Amino acid sequence: MVERYQVAIVGSGPCGMSAGGRAAERGMNHILLERTDHLSDTIYKYQKGKHVMATPDILPLRSSMPFEAGRREEILQAWGDTTKNLGVNVRYNAEVTAIKGQKGNFELTLRAGEKIVAENVVLGIGLQGNLRKLAVPGGDWSGVQYQLDDPDEYESERIVVIGAGDAGIENALALAKQNTVFIVNRRDEFARVKEANQKAILEAIEAGQITCYYSADPKSLTPGRLVLTVPDGEAVVECDRIIARLGAIAPRKFVESCGIVFPNDSAEALPELSPRYESNVPGLYIVGALAGFPLIKQAMNQGYEVVEFILGNDIKPADQPLLEEKFRALLDRGRSVDEIIELIRTRMPLMSGLTPLQLREFLLDGAVHFPKKGEVVFERNDYTNSFFMIIDGGAEILIDPTNPAVRVNLGPGEFFGEIGLIAGRRRSATVLSGGDSFMIECPRRSMIKLINSVESVARAMNEVAMVRQLRTYLSPHLTNEALAPVLANAEIRYYKPGQVLFTEGEPDNGVYLIRKGSVTVARQIAGRDVIIAYVAAGNYVGEMALLNQAPRNATVKAAINTEVIWMDSARFRQMLDAAPELRGEVEQRLLTRLVEGETMKARPEAGNIIQFLVEQGVGEATDILLIDETLCVGCDNCEKACAETHGGVSRLDREAGPTFSGIHVPTSCRHCEHPHCMADCPPNAIHRAVDGEVYIDSSCIGCGNCSRNCPYGVIHMASKEPPKAGLLAWMLFGFGHGPGQDPSHKWGQKKGGDGPKLAVKCDMCKDLPGGAACVRACPTGAAVRVSPERFFSLAELTAR
Amino acid sequence: MKLAGVSIHKSIIEYRGFFYLKLAAGLVLLSVAAYWVHQPLAGPNGGTWLGYTLGTIGALLIVWLAWFGIRKRRYGVGRLLLEDWLSGHIYLGVALLIIATLHSGFQFGWNVHTLAYVLMVGVIVSGAFGLLVYLRVPALRTENRQNMSLDDMMALIAGLSKEIYQAASTLDDEVGQLVQEADQRTRIGGGFWRQLSGTDPHCATTRALNKVRARAEQFSGADADAARQLVTLLARKVELLARARRDVRHHALLKVWLYFHVPMTVGLIAALLIHIFVVFLYW
Ligand SMILES: Cc1cc2nc3c(=O)[nH]c(=O)nc-3n(C[C@H](O)[C@H](O)[C@H](O)COP(=O)(O)OP(=O)(O)OC[C@H]3O[C@@H](n4cnc5c(N)ncnc54)[C@H](O)[C@@H]3O)c2cc1C
Ligand code: HEM
Ligand code: SF4
Ligand code: SF4
Repeated sequence: MVERYQVAIVGSGPCGMSAGGRAAERGMNHILLERTDHLSDTIYKYQKGKHVMATPDILPLRSSMPFEAGRREEILQAWGDTTKNLGVNVRYNAEVTAIKGQKGNFELTLRAGEKIVAENVVLGIGLQGNLRKLAVPGGDWSGVQYQLDDPDEYESERIVVIGAGDAGIENALALAKQNTVFIVNRRDEFARVKEANQKAILEAIEAGQITCYYSADPKSLTPGRLVLTVPDGEAVVECDRIIARLGAIAPRKFVESCGIVFPNDSAEALPELSPRYESNVPGLYIVGALAGFPLIKQAMNQGYEVVEFILGNDIKPADQPLLEEKFRALLDRGRSVDEIIELIRTRMPLMSGLTPLQLREFLLDGAVHFPKKGEVVFERNDYTNSFFMIIDGGAEILIDPTNPAVRVNLGPGEFFGEIGLIAGRRRSATVLSGGDSFMIECPRRSMIKLINSVESVARAMNEVAMVRQLRTYLSPHLTNEALAPVLANAEIRYYKPGQVLFTEGEPDNGVYLIRKGSVTVARQIAGRDVIIAYVAAGNYVGEMALLNQAPRNATVKAAINTEVIWMDSARFRQMLDAAPELRGEVEQRLLTRLVEGETMKARPEAGNIIQFLVEQGVGEATDILLIDETLCVGCDNCEKACAETHGGVSRLDREAGPTFSGIHVPTSCRHCEHPHCMADCPPNAIHRAVDGEVYIDSSCIGCGNCSRNCPYGVIHMASKEPPKAGLLAWMLFGFGHGPGQDPSHKWGQKKGGDGPKLAVKCDMCKDLPGGAACVRACPTGAAVRVSPERFFSLAELTAR
Repeated sequence: MKLAGVSIHKSIIEYRGFFYLKLAAGLVLLSVAAYWVHQPLAGPNGGTWLGYTLGTIGALLIVWLAWFGIRKRRYGVGRLLLEDWLSGHIYLGVALLIIATLHSGFQFGWNVHTLAYVLMVGVIVSGAFGLLVYLRVPALRTENRQNMSLDDMMALIAGLSKEIYQAASTLDDEVGQLVQEADQRTRIGGGFWRQLSGTDPHCATTRALNKVRARAEQFSGADADAARQLVTLLARKVELLARARRDVRHHALLKVWLYFHVPMTVGLIAALLIHIFVVFLYW
């Protein structure tokens, strides 16, 4: 007999468990299926004693389960108790491997082969996916584990770490302090890991602290004995324990196999849902992190709501008060939240492809503004990267910095701010409010999420953006008529770092306007590629061959992820003929480049420096700390200054990092154009300030995602230092620690205070008058902060 | 070198177009002129009005110069860069030598007043030495490091040690003994003088290199190949060791003078207080 339920809930994370609780409370015939042998695996796996946050504070909790900020253990305990008390029907070790059927008759298959039938299914499996398991004979030995909570727990053991990704390396390094550690690497090198990890593991191997098996694969396992296939046969490792860090398989495949459709292939794409969290398969609901809601409280609320929706109860979502707060000023004028959302939907063609749920969520992140006529919305050269939609009133864009009278007027339904959003650089124009307006400002992250999940938004935005980018970057005076032929077959092209746009000697095949990222220009000199220039977003390349009517005289490669607008040569030439002003400008720029090219040819060192800096990620930096090694006396006052002005924890590591030609790039934030750290911060705590500083605000929940995502290893997790004795007390009487003297200020040794561990990184001392404390504390002027445009500029490089 | 318009290859000496040099020079010129013009009856000494004035300026300068130690550790405050402070510190510190000498009227003796003066000269001389080190050593260090850090060098050295053992493994016991001694007895750094000297006359690896080299011709066939390889490896290690030791020396040089500069500053301030107290007591 197959069991039949009114609702089957898959996954007992915050959302699934909350749904289970509500279903039990409402007396539904339900089952909660959990893959592991405990509730809420993601939370279960947090570090021991982790302080779990209940953000956003203003969002009320609506769940049959309790939840407030506190220690991981307490929260899990409370959930476990309530699940019991409410009589939730949980089945553990019940991984669902397939869901078939339709509303009223879904059939769920469990890993053990058992089947369950349910009228409705709630999918709440989160994003963590399935950990890859060690698939070798004997792989189920109890000494194999897939996670490492506390490396200090193990002592004098022989431990094999399988997997040479960041997680594997970090575990191996931590364990090597007290144990004999082996690491198994499938490749013959450590590729695609953070530079800091790569360096540390190679050093540890070099120093004999860790033994590495390269090009090795596990073959079989008997308790205490692992057999590996290695290039020259087999190797046997005796071990007490195996830590397998083989990565996870994203849940998307499984979700798609249930019939759920994703809008595109982008990794950030989310499935489309109705306002009742119902997917394109009727009766199959998606909630929690999988639906794009990355916080515990949101997930719990949705678990509750989805059960009510299944029962046919049309309750208002719990985030209603947030939206009411947001639209307060309009509500006072007698409109309801739903009316306002509807107004936005109909006014903004860009948003018309969104489901009401998507729009709602999108608006939750946004800010509402009512600027008066003439009020400044943002200024040229600001570093902000949000996106604005005009619902009412209008905007005036001052496109010509030399003549404020040249303006473009936008009206309701139009948007602006996309150029800065795409380029990740300074605003290219000042924008004023064109009347008493109603605008919505959307943060970069939600906008990017939207572009990646809703095709129509990406298309509509690119269409408008292309025209504006051409005007902004070529000439504000280009008329639509002059642009039309070029636009007709222009296209957006995407390049990965190192990918070639065009090669020296090739015939001319178009002009490339860089709208995001940057490129390097190299020329063959004496049989070697020598870099002669670095070109940033907002500039074009490829015009030289066109004007000279000659083959390409240089090879252009993307320095980082780059997007260009490609334009046809013949049409570009026609456009130049129609716009003499632009022609003159292009010619002038060409001449400058010719001169620069000659200078650089004579100074290959300068090219080598560009090459080195591009490799260090300077190409995507907006502001970077460099140290002139020939002036640095090694006093570490810069680090101490950073620690002392930032709660005792230095955000920079002076010694670490590479050096070339006397220029040292310390481990310190580059304030990237498109900060990788922002990518999946659940509370959206990472922002960019007007002057470009990328900083983390107080809503950080300490999940560590940013620290994993930053390729430069400059974010670390630390608790606040306890207050110190005063400077004089230390100097005269030796009380407490001296400046930067606390052991915890050093990288990697993050003892710190006892409070919750939060992410810390360089904020360029944005809250201190007078600028970066590190630079100001350098006695010899060796430490400088520079932006790459200026650094890469020829004049400065060749003045060396 | 110019970096983004900020001259960072300019040393602390040329800082802000010699602004602090000009300031200090002005102060010195004024003092010398006053000393020249002023001809007290009892000959120049600390007790005349000019003596008191120069003494006050000198004492204030000392306090201000010593304040640098505090200012250096007060982070994120003030409008001036620490570079400004250091540039001023250097020029006004040298100016102090002249002003205090004029203040003394060249009257020295075996007393606390002269002790204060001597300590002051000691601080200034050690400061001048430090300045020279700060100006010279970083560039030497950079050149010596060749884009490596000391840790990188150590890692390379550790790697070489392993290779050396391997190369020696096929050769006879005497070579094995030499190689083992070389590995176990080689030190980088060490005591105060060893660090500062930047060399090690008793380096076990150098000894091993010389001995193995002398014996190399006795081997033949595969052994001769191994011996040649061993000599190459040892030579590479010796070269790396020399570089690492130089790096230690550079590091030590950059620090050592402060162990004189700062304690003498403390002594100077104590002596200065006594000097002032005594002068007013016996007025
Ligand atoms: C280190 C870290 C710290 C964080 N800190 C906080 C914080 O302080 N505050 C906060 O609000 N948020 C925090 N978050 C985010 C929060 O953990 C997630 O938003 C939340 O867990 C999402 O809940 P969920 O129910 O959607 O999915 P999950 O919690 O991921 O739950 C999914 C559950 O489904 C199970 N499952 C998966 N596949 C199957 C299957 N096929 N069959 C059966 N069961 C399955 C899993 O075992 C798991 O138990 C943090 C995240 C991380 C990684
Ligand atoms: C009586 C005169 C002087 C006094 C009282 C004095 C005092 C000090 C003090 C207290 C420090 C701080 C040391 C530390 O804590 O790190 C210092 C640093 C220094 N002084 Fe002097 N000093 C004097 C003269 C000079 C002179 C004449 C020079 C150079 C010609 C000089 C060069 C320096 C330098 C280079 C530093 C190091 C700066 C740094 O590393 O931050 N000083 N001095
Ligand atoms: S933390 Fe890392 S990813 Fe984020 S801006 Fe800084 S360098 Fe870039
Ligand atoms: S700032 Fe970093 S640690 Fe904090 S919540 Fe965001 S991603 Fe997580």
